[in-house]
Amino acid sequence: MISVDQLNKSFGKLRVLNEVSIAWQAGKSYALIGPNGSGKTTLIKAILGLVIPDTGVIRVDDVPVDARGRYRTKIGYMPQIGRYPDNMTIGQLVEMMKSIRPDVAETDEDLLDAFKLYKLFDKRMRTLSGGTRQKVSAALAFLFHPPILILDEPTAGLDPVASEVLKEKIVNEKRKGRLIVITSHILSDLDELTTDLVYLHEGQVQYQNTVEELKRETREARLTKAIATLIRQRELIHSVTPTP
Amino acid sequence: MTRVLKYVFYDLLRTRFILVYTLFLWFLTFALFQFDSDAGKVVLSLMNVALLVVPLVSVVFTTIHYFNSYEFIELMLAQPIHRRAVFLSEYLGVASSLVMAFLLGVGMPVALFGAGTAGLALVFSGTMLTLVFVSLAFLSSVLTQDKAKAIGVALLFWFYFSLIYDGILLWVVYTFSDYPLEKITLGLVALNPVDLARIILLLQLDISALMGYTGAFYQKFFGSAAGMLFSSLTLLLWVLLPLWAATRIFQKKDL
Repeated sequence: MISVDQLNKSFGKLRVLNEVSIAWQAGKSYALIGPNGSGKTTLIKAILGLVIPDTGVIRVDDVPVDARGRYRTKIGYMPQIGRYPDNMTIGQLVEMMKSIRPDVAETDEDLLDAFKLYKLFDKRMRTLSGGTRQKVSAALAFLFHPPILILDEPTAGLDPVASEVLKEKIVNEKRKGRLIVITSHILSDLDELTTDLVYLHEGQVQYQNTVEELKRETREARLTKAIATLIRQRELIHSVTPTP
Repeated sequence: MTRVLKYVFYDLLRTRFILVYTLFLWFLTFALFQFDSDAGKVVLSLMNVALLVVPLVSVVFTTIHYFNSYEFIELMLAQPIHRRAVFLSEYLGVASSLVMAFLLGVGMPVALFGAGTAGLALVFSGTMLTLVFVSLAFLSSVLTQDKAKAIGVALLFWFYFSLIYDGILLWVVYTFSDYPLEKITLGLVALNPVDLARIILLLQLDISALMGYTGAFYQKFFGSAAGMLFSSLTLLLWVLLPLWAATRIFQKKDL
């Protein structure tokens, strides 16, 4: 579904992505993790065409990523911080997103229901709290039954109830055979939601495998512990191997 | 693209700033017409508004709007829309709402009180200057990464065209005053949209007689149909060139 081939991106002197290669398949859900500034968001933005890579090719369903953006009909994206035009109401925003994709006849309004956003349809975006905006972002990402879902820190800022609702929705979509990519620092969430793991560090893919395999390798039962062990091992290796 | 434009436009009309700007221009124009019954003098007073205030408001409002809607642009670019369509929607949204404010605030009273060709020239040059400076502000916005820098660069454009360029022009004219400079200054004037608008306006007013030989030369040139066409096309170029450059940069910009 998504293939990334030897992707490089620098911001000035800072090398953010370094020879990143990835092949993500439908029906799986991937946890994209790594410390702050490891290039997770840049990678996601490159897939969405928001960041233009220096070298390398990205294909979504065998279609190369370009400015025209037709391939983005297949992607539902939930940004880390969702900000919207201040004076637009939630209702208008939803209506606008629908008018951009007029070919989708039946929209998925489960989350609009579950988050009770219909009641707030007349509220202007300016007046909304951070959590409510996050709910709007989530509802918009799922609105068009996209075969690919990219969720950047989906549960950050949501209350426990909303967070559970969203997680349930993600699990449901996973069962439908969607490709799901999630970045999060809340590792306990990822344990329930993901089948595979991609670990980025300083712009390089350090580890890429299934969650089960990782647990077996690190001899940990829980993802949180397993990842902590993985990171510690990596750091140990880094400290003994001289960097070129 | 029209769909995105509709919402950008709608959002802009809701901001109080456009309303305040419209009312400010409307009251000012109305008040000036109340003070003075000579339409020519009113147009002369309004000329300074059109040449200084309108470009200033255009650059500042455009840059602030661009950076305030940065996340919205990001959201749109994550949808299946061409990058150029998103950018041009933003441009058309900002430009048309500022032009509308100017037309309602200045154009309408001028038409009501009947200021003739001078009034027409005023509305035309005010509209063109709005478009030019919105283009320049978009250019400075895509050239920089943060709001403060973008406003700085945009204000620099304004300073340059409103004040600094005239200083340079005066220096050139003064230094080479022994030579016939009419044609050269004509070329130099075309390099500054504000000067171009000023000349179009002044020539419609009686005071152009005070400009001496150069005034007569300009009158002959700009008074002709070819001259009007030349100045209109040059102003149009001033709108399109920065917009074209800004669109090209935006197409390759990281967000």
